[in-house]
Amino acid sequence: MSTTAGTASDIITTKPIKAFQDIDRSRFDDKNEERSVGDVNYGINEKLVRWISSEKNEPEWMLKKRLDGLKAFQELHMPNFGPSLKKLNLDEICYYRRADEEGNAKTWEDVPEDVKTTFEKLGIPEAERAVLAGVGAQYESENVYHKLKEEWTSKGVIFEDMDVAIQEHPELVKEYFMNKCVPIKDHKFAALHAAVWSGGTFLYIPKDVDVTAPLQAYFRMNASRGGQFEHTLIIIEEGAQAHYIEGCSAPQYGMSSLHAGCVEVFVKKGARFRYSSVENWSKNTYNLNTKRAIVEDDGIMEWVGGNLGSGVTMLYPCTILKGDRSRADHLSVAFAGDGQFQDTGAKVIHVGKETKSNVLSKGLSKDGGTSNYRGLLRILPNASGSQASVNCDNLILDRSSISCADPVMEIHEDSAEVSHEAKVGSIGEEELFYTMSRGLSEEEAIAMIVQGFIEPIVKELPLEYAVELNRLIELEMEGA
Amino acid sequence: MDPLLHIKNLTVSIEDKNILKDVSLEIEPGKIYALMGPNGSGKSTLSKTVMGHPKYKVESGQIFAGGEDITAAGPDDRAKQGLFLSFQYPKTIPGVSLSNFLRSAYKSVKSEEIRVFDFKKKLKDKMETLSIPEYFADRHVNEGFSGGEKKKAEILQAMILDPKVIIMDETDSGLDVDALKIVAEGVKKLQTPDKAIILITHYFKILEYLTPDVVFVLKDGELVETGGSELAKEIEQNGFQKFGVTEVVEQPATEVVEKNEEEKSEPEEPSSPFAMID
Repeated sequence: MSTTAGTASDIITTKPIKAFQDIDRSRFDDKNEERSVGDVNYGINEKLVRWISSEKNEPEWMLKKRLDGLKAFQELHMPNFGPSLKKLNLDEICYYRRADEEGNAKTWEDVPEDVKTTFEKLGIPEAERAVLAGVGAQYESENVYHKLKEEWTSKGVIFEDMDVAIQEHPELVKEYFMNKCVPIKDHKFAALHAAVWSGGTFLYIPKDVDVTAPLQAYFRMNASRGGQFEHTLIIIEEGAQAHYIEGCSAPQYGMSSLHAGCVEVFVKKGARFRYSSVENWSKNTYNLNTKRAIVEDDGIMEWVGGNLGSGVTMLYPCTILKGDRSRADHLSVAFAGDGQFQDTGAKVIHVGKETKSNVLSKGLSKDGGTSNYRGLLRILPNASGSQASVNCDNLILDRSSISCADPVMEIHEDSAEVSHEAKVGSIGEEELFYTMSRGLSEEEAIAMIVQGFIEPIVKELPLEYAVELNRLIELEMEGA
Repeated sequence: MDPLLHIKNLTVSIEDKNILKDVSLEIEPGKIYALMGPNGSGKSTLSKTVMGHPKYKVESGQIFAGGEDITAAGPDDRAKQGLFLSFQYPKTIPGVSLSNFLRSAYKSVKSEEIRVFDFKKKLKDKMETLSIPEYFADRHVNEGFSGGEKKKAEILQAMILDPKVIIMDETDSGLDVDALKIVAEGVKKLQTPDKAIILITHYFKILEYLTPDVVFVLKDGELVETGGSELAKEIEQNGFQKFGVTEVVEQPATEVVEKNEEEKSEPEEPSSPFAMID
């Protein structure tokens, strides 16, 4: 085993470059009049869990999972690391509400007008026309719009609302849902998710089917204190390939909101899957998300993600390289502005032989924000010939902001090759001078250097998302 | 008519250490200037001060560009006033393509929009004249460039931005003879009746291609002599002896690094533009 050591844990503040003003979030924070109906109380109890299950007409086994989840949630402790969750009052969260639409609309015309306005601001219709093979967009807790291009349907691809998938593909859902990948008792918020999950996406790509165009779902929280607990279950059968995009944006609203979604991905032998996401929840949101993939022999899993919004984010996408020669790539960028705490990173567990992983994480913080890298690399005994590279770069844009890197490495296999680099720094004076000497103002120069800093991640996103992410960061950087 | 650049009684310090003392000089259009002097004489300090590096503090004196006082202006405003510094150690900007970098710079300096297509064509033409392969436009600014490639890229930037005063800080160092020829040809192309070029150099080879109209000699931060091209010849032969310096004049070498006060601790190839903090 060979390692190149980096700094394990740094808490740094640096000299100010310039104070930036807050982002103009108006595009994302427009709030529609609430559409939710029903008389669901705040807080969680067995009655609520049973009610959700019966509302959805679920089979008995799913109700049992929910009740197991509730029990585990009540028993498990809050996380003992990362940002404080003291202000998150779990009794004030509304765990389930449904939009008043009946079922899933299949064409854009069927979608109600105000919902449409919301999505239009987010560019959904254009996105769909332009590149995307199918759209699953979640409004509140249920999907209102779901469509899959016929081409894929004919190949046996299933791209469905999770609630619908339970009814139509119960055997698949039962086999994979929260047992092999993310067990119900994984952690407190996974347990909570199991108890109250609602909506989300089910994606099934049959053996050897190659879905070239990216599949997309857009999630959006809208009601005050409306929790979002969508479940995404993705199964990529042997030799199949697909790319799924998740985009999140939420309007700003007074009370604290909780997002505790769960993503489970199964990449079978020789399959390849990419999961891209841009998460931009409003700043009063606690984003406590769980994302995990299990990869079989020769499979490839790629996570590409950008985290901008949320007051608090705890998100550590995980890949379990179970099969021999399986591979994982984790590429992510996180941005923390005023009042934000981004605690993100990657977890990779090497189980199979000759497995490979590559983690590249970029963190930005400004205006007193905190952007932390928290990661885990574990190479198990017998994962011989494995290679892993962890690279985390944090850029701090002013003196009041904070960034730490905490990449934990547990290497139990002597033949493994591990390289690791952790950097925390600010924009260098010489680079700024060089760029400004070419006529760019200080703000333009910083924006350009920052854009270059995140370029390795952004270039992996589909063009639209790359443009949106760059634009969002640009807005964050702009003084006016 | 006002000179393109007028430095008037300039005294400069860095971190409370006095580097330049009461330097005055005038730069006129259509001329090539050579700024010479032994190691540590303040040549790079002068160039960075003229360009507005925040670390160099003007204690007294003024800098005028085209009659306008730019002593307190930022580097970006000086670029807009037509000043250009070809860096001795050009910086790496990871993730930013040379093409994007220059297009942004062009838009700022020229205060005009240019279509991507038009700009790319312009860039391609200029790259051809400098024998820079086309794919360099998509490479990140100076990332992984060799010494010679960096210097050529600096000349390319000057060609695109079309400044009035071009200061070349050791542009000829680190170049082999072929690259030197190309760079010298590039500099010649830059030279028009409305522009001035200031060569800061150790390496006389470039003066075979470019004959300075005026030679300034700096020593210990003071301007000790001003002459014509014969002054450069004399220094080539005798070094700076006449100015009381026994230092041997650098012979043509692949890399001549001026170990002056501001460059000493700076690595030639920083792996990242972000200062490491431990």
